[in-house]
Amino acid sequence: MRSVSVDLNHDASLLIDIPDALCERDKVKFTVHTKTTLSSFQKPEFSVPRQHEDFIWLHDTLVETEDYAGLIIPPAPPKPDFESPREKMHKLGEGEATMTKDEYTKMKQELEAEYLAVFKKTVQVHEVFLQRLSSHPTLSKDRNFQIFLEYDQDLSVRRKNAKEMFGGFFKNMVKSADEVLISGIKEVDDFFEQEKTFLLDYYSKIKDSTAKAEKMTRAHKNIADDYIHVSATLNSLSADDSTANKNRYLSSSVSLQKVEGRVASDQELKLTELLRYYMRDIQAAKDLLYRRARALADYENSNKALDKARLKSKDIPQAEEHQQHCLQKFDKLSESGKKELTSFKGRRVVAFRKNLIEMAELEIKHAKVSSTLQPTCVRLFVYS
Amino acid sequence: VFDVDVAVTNPEKVVQFKDTSLPMFRSKAFTVRRRYSDFLGLYEKLSVKQSLLGCIIPPPPEKSVVGMTKVKVGMDDPSSVEFVERRRAALERYLQRVVSHPSLLQDPDVREFLEREELPRAVSTQALSGAGFLKMINKASDAVNKMTIKMNESDTWFEDKFQEVENEEQQLRKLHALVDSLVNHRKELCGNTAVFAKSMAMLGNSEDNTALSRALSQLAEVEDKMEQLHQEQAASDFFIFEELLADYIRLLGAMRGCFDQRMRAWQRWQEAQSTLQKKREAEAKLLWANKPDKLQQAKDEITEWEARVTQYERDFDRVGMTVRKEVLRFEKEKAKDFKSQIIKYLEAMLQSQQRLIKFWEAFLPEAKAIA
Repeated sequence: MRSVSVDLNHDASLLIDIPDALCERDKVKFTVHTKTTLSSFQKPEFSVPRQHEDFIWLHDTLVETEDYAGLIIPPAPPKPDFESPREKMHKLGEGEATMTKDEYTKMKQELEAEYLAVFKKTVQVHEVFLQRLSSHPTLSKDRNFQIFLEYDQDLSVRRKNAKEMFGGFFKNMVKSADEVLISGIKEVDDFFEQEKTFLLDYYSKIKDSTAKAEKMTRAHKNIADDYIHVSATLNSLSADDSTANKNRYLSSSVSLQKVEGRVASDQELKLTELLRYYMRDIQAAKDLLYRRARALADYENSNKALDKARLKSKDIPQAEEHQQHCLQKFDKLSESGKKELTSFKGRRVVAFRKNLIEMAELEIKHAKVSSTLQPTCVRLFVYS
Repeated sequence: VFDVDVAVTNPEKVVQFKDTSLPMFRSKAFTVRRRYSDFLGLYEKLSVKQSLLGCIIPPPPEKSVVGMTKVKVGMDDPSSVEFVERRRAALERYLQRVVSHPSLLQDPDVREFLEREELPRAVSTQALSGAGFLKMINKASDAVNKMTIKMNESDTWFEDKFQEVENEEQQLRKLHALVDSLVNHRKELCGNTAVFAKSMAMLGNSEDNTALSRALSQLAEVEDKMEQLHQEQAASDFFIFEELLADYIRLLGAMRGCFDQRMRAWQRWQEAQSTLQKKREAEAKLLWANKPDKLQQAKDEITEWEARVTQYERDFDRVGMTVRKEVLRFEKEKAKDFKSQIIKYLEAMLQSQQRLIKFWEAFLPEAKAIA
């Protein structure tokens, strides 16, 4: 189930998926499976094991590649984070003595489901990253991408070398480029002026919404956990009652539990993940703008240098060549940037539409389920 | 069959009393004003009288310095409003329990409370507010437990029941704490949802695609409505579920007090028997010592104590019977109470779910209209 992005895997010439993954302590091993008709690959179908760090390596090499400066590089998948369920599992173990067997079992089940959800989410987000690359006309042809998909040895050696080479050089550049943008480089193009304003504003808003959505989801989860404890205690209370009473308490508490738990995880998936993903994507779009603004700054500096050279009548041909080079780079970035940002807009709107519809449909579905369960419980109580 | 309806309305705790069939009261329906201390005063009077007989006296809601101070200062915030409502509802339930008890309804203090225009101010309710009385009972129960009493066969019913009551009280306390946690998390969810709705509205404003912008604004409105639903659900969690548990924790405490009364009655009887024994021994000694004038006094005392022993034995039996009756009645009432409250709780939830469906169904076409 692809949660946030639109179906990217529709070009049969290069199909990628992550059919399974193994969780060993902290490390997740993804199985990256490729099916291709392209001759640039050695085999038509193959699988390789990859770790999260390999994905980061691939992302960073793409970001550092000058030729891709005019593209939106798909955001790197976030590190698999099992902290929350692991901490809860630990607390559960400590509190086992104070709970009934039933309560403990239910809590354990909930936690296992949470583990599974985190696991599925991380697989998805890594898969989407690769599929974004494979469906991009330029990025899909990247040599390192091919190595990532095909190389059947451990990538860790390559990763180490890459780190030494780049050492986060571009990342630092991007950070300081923030000032370049904000300090108000005179924008020549209306399109980019609008995009800059829009993306800066939208980013701060979506970042805020993501944080607030996460808080909302967490509160829902807490309520679901409370219901587990409440229903367990209700059950042990009615343990001495007649069987009829027991069943009544049971069924009503179970119905309460299930609904709250389900709503929490669906909301998390649809809304929070959607917001989180596009927040990162917009950051990637902003990075593109930064690079272009940088190129513009370089071009303007090269103009100034040319004027100076002309004044001093010294090194004019070099200055002219440099200026031309900068202009070309800037024009290339602008052209490709415009294309990328326009298609990004369309992609975002489609993804929001899909996820908002699915979320509304799920909310309705769950409410309908619980509103059929509850009258049954009520009837059981009434006719007793 | 009695049919008495009491309602407590705010703000000065007006007690509305509707009686449909009782001949003993003056008129069919009337209203009196009562202060919170009046309710405590009633409880104090009843406890002194009725609990000696083994009755379960429903305890009123506890005093709350914090809550009352806020209200007196005239603060309008939601927690004050909630406190006032909480107290009103608790006082109403308290009165309803009192009037639905056949013996208590006959009590002249109860009738005076319901009927009389002006009640003399209740004094020294400090020691006997619900919490104070419970403290007394708990101390007494502990003392009773420490006594090694050999009870005969027919008393295992009481032993078993007492154990049951203690267990149940423990479970209810646990459940009460859990439901309290649920209420707090639900309130948290309210806050988070409201904040999220605002954030969504801002995002909708920033969005440059017209249809998506409208959908996001609509989503913000739906989340606002959800916050409203969560508020109502939190109120339901609290007033229907949590307060029910709080009431029964107090009532079970009162029940333990009953068992304690029976213990005391038994003690009194046993002590009287031992005193009688001592008197008999004293008489024997006097016979031996040949003191005829003191002998008459000793014989009189023996007669007196024989009467007492008989009386106390009768008292003990009567209290035992009352306690049994009370326990059975209580269990029936409790089952009824829990049943009706849980039904109420589930029905409130159901209504909530149905409104939720309507909100999302209204939103769906907006989401589909995104292009």
